[in-house]
Amino acid sequence: MLELSVESYRYPGYARNVLHDIALRLGDGEIVGLVGPNDAGKSTLCLVAAGLAPASIGGVLMGTLTLDGTPAAGLKTHELAERAVVGFQNPNTQRSGLAATVFEEIAVGPMNLGLEVPEIVARTREAIARLRLEALIERDPQRLSGGQAQLVAIASLLAMRPRHVILDEPTAQLDPEGTRLVGEALKALADDGTSLLVAEHKTDLLDGLCQRVVVIDGGTLVRDGPTAEVFADPELETLGVEPPARVRLRRAAEAAGIDPRVLEGARA
Amino acid sequence: MIEIQDLVHVYDGGTRAVDGVSLRIGDGERVAIVGQNGSGKSTLVRHLNGLLRPTEGRVLLDGVDAASKRVAQLAATVALAFQDPDRQIFAGTVKAEVEFGPRNAGLRDAALAEAVDEALRATGLESDAGTKPYDLGYSRRKLLALASVMAMRTPVVVLDEPTTGQDARGVRRIEAIVRDLGSAGRTVIAISHDMRFVADCFERVIVMRQGVVILDGSPAQVFAQDRWPELASTYLEPPLAACTGAALGLGSTPTDARLIEALAAR
Repeated sequence: MLELSVESYRYPGYARNVLHDIALRLGDGEIVGLVGPNDAGKSTLCLVAAGLAPASIGGVLMGTLTLDGTPAAGLKTHELAERAVVGFQNPNTQRSGLAATVFEEIAVGPMNLGLEVPEIVARTREAIARLRLEALIERDPQRLSGGQAQLVAIASLLAMRPRHVILDEPTAQLDPEGTRLVGEALKALADDGTSLLVAEHKTDLLDGLCQRVVVIDGGTLVRDGPTAEVFADPELETLGVEPPARVRLRRAAEAAGIDPRVLEGARA
Repeated sequence: MIEIQDLVHVYDGGTRAVDGVSLRIGDGERVAIVGQNGSGKSTLVRHLNGLLRPTEGRVLLDGVDAASKRVAQLAATVALAFQDPDRQIFAGTVKAEVEFGPRNAGLRDAALAEAVDEALRATGLESDAGTKPYDLGYSRRKLLALASVMAMRTPVVVLDEPTTGQDARGVRRIEAIVRDLGSAGRTVIAISHDMRFVADCFERVIVMRQGVVILDGSPAQVFAQDRWPELASTYLEPPLAACTGAALGLGSTPTDARLIEALAAR
């Protein structure tokens, strides 16, 4: 269970609060979607929810992050990394720069947890299999396509076997197949009891993945509810969020005076 | 007119990223290139502005072999916005970043100011002209990269994954930019994984798989039901509107608008 309560957060050197008045709880095995317009505070919320801000990034957090009952503020960096991991938007930001091959890159996380070698190898192999990266393991991690780099970055997180996972647009650069594989990998993590927060613009992905969706705007949560309910909200697009295709299509039909049940019939 | 003739590109290490592609793209066409990660899309388009040179085959721009031109000369014809904006952003302010390309292309004074203002307006960055590029969020850095490319006023604009990381407003902006570039007679070639964006904004869709073109036609042709096996062979799914239209026996309806039209007409 991850519990976050933010009265306010601001970055170092800035007077303006980027986040304010947020209460967010991720239950064990729960996948929560995070949507909202650009510059609403999605990425910042990801950093704060993973404990990276303020611990590593600095800034001032008025509020608390609690991971399975333990306040994150008291944890050392490595203790925090064992409990919560964050995947950045741009996979190139995340690459360790230490590894000569994709296999080694994925192993960097478990190695830093101080695990025994057989355990490191087992976790690395498992993460590779989950995202079907077998063909890339000998490749130089610096010479991957955008989508490949993103899959490797996510595999690196999976290999940590984290209890709490925060992902900032994990599929932005992925093709539909890569997106599907990531969705399956996240579902498998949730089935193992991991709690996940997934910031995404691809509402079609979240539609099939999340039980719950929260909407952030102007640095605070303006919606928090069951996925179907939030995505059916008529104000969603005004909030800068593209509704899922099925919602958009239903609205277009209604606007043209066509009974949207016709569309439901097509899916059955 | 762009003519790609039997293009092959083999990277150091032997990866055959493009494996025999021939295409003609007319002036003012809006062309989307789709396919899996690693199918050769980015490699293909990087030949258009000389960032990559063919291992075999030729690229002709208005009949002239691109191989005979230097990158700086090609930049006057073809401008390319990278998938990762941070690969191209380097200037100290948003305005300076957008000015760099057109200034190098010889624009000055009023013409330069106009090109820059137009690009900043279209991308919604006008109030950020004095901002440092790295103080912008990722999505706005992508729009900045797009603005820099627009301001070059080249006849050909290549966009590598323009809509990734954009919210609904950003996507609407990019859709408008693609249409405006097209109606201004500029050729737009975009790589995208977003099939709805592709079907809505482009008149031609090219599907690549393992370095070759497997489908090439209008969205209605490429997303038609009898093409689905080929799409599935490279893990692509047609837009929901196309699937729904096919299920209802309405023919090929690749966009929401086409589907609604067909429903209203039956």
